[in-house]
Amino acid sequence: MSINPAWYLSLSIVLFAIGALGVLVRRNVLIMFMCVELMLNASNLAFVTFARTLHDIGGQVLVFFVLVVAAAEVVVGLGIVVAIFRRRANADADDLHLMKG
Amino acid sequence: MLSVVVTAAHPTIPDVGVFAVAAAIILAGAIGVVVARNPVHSALMLVMTLFGVAVMFVLQQASFLAAVQVIVYAGAIVVLFLFVIMFLGVDREEDIAAERLRGQRPLAIALVFLGTTGLLLLGEVSKWTTGQPHVAGIDTGAPNVNLIGKSLYTTYLFPFEATSALLIIAVVGAVVLARRPPVVATTSDDVTSPDLSEDEDAVSDASVADVANVADGTEVDA
Repeated sequence: MSINPAWYLSLSIVLFAIGALGVLVRRNVLIMFMCVELMLNASNLAFVTFARTLHDIGGQVLVFFVLVVAAAEVVVGLGIVVAIFRRRANADADDLHLMKG
Repeated sequence: MLSVVVTAAHPTIPDVGVFAVAAAIILAGAIGVVVARNPVHSALMLVMTLFGVAVMFVLQQASFLAAVQVIVYAGAIVVLFLFVIMFLGVDREEDIAAERLRGQRPLAIALVFLGTTGLLLLGEVSKWTTGQPHVAGIDTGAPNVNLIGKSLYTTYLFPFEATSALLIIAVVGAVVLARRPPVVATTSDDVTSPDLSEDEDAVSDASVADVANVADGTEVDA
């Protein structure tokens, strides 16, 4: 038989935690985006695991939607990064404090 | 109804081996993304993680998603990342040791550690999966693409169409964001061009002075 689903879910939790840690710790906007992708992948892994465990194809369809939304998010996010780079020389999240009082 | 299908008391050796190798690749890649100083290295580590996740999909009979994962993520999204990194020229090293906000980093690590252990403990003491199976179509293990396609065009037809609208909006948004507005362009040219010319003057002055010094030196030496 195949692997216990709990292993997949534990791996998914750890992957999500690493991604969240990256978003919180890193300051480079591009790397923060990549860490968001890590978190999305962790959720995809959990979706597929649940789809197999519950014998429900809906989980896999949802992964399909997550993929599309991730692609759209990356396109718009990188457009914003390029627009920021026009105004300043680096992609440091701490330098973007224009709205600060 | 509570249904927990945590069977598989005896997984086969090849399955365990593939799972272990793929999990190691995923975790190594993920840690590499977070730790790498160079954004290009981070992007390549991300590719590694995505391939590992694709292996996990294959291991769980989601072959269509594995293919889409490799094509869309590794083929499109990471290439987009690399394109932007190289287009902007930000592939220089970042000083990770510098901590801007005091106490933010230990707090983040503690928070993430707490959340992770909490979730793992929760999964350990309670059941991982509850709920009713067979909601949106039975996954019989037959060809996966057929099932996904049928589900996508019947049950999930409206979200699917909404997805197409989302993609159109994203494309238009990216074009609008990346377009250089003409007014800003002229002002930036006005600002930058005097600096450039001054720099050029300074460089030419310096080179002239150097030449003069060298000439003086040779004359003295001679």
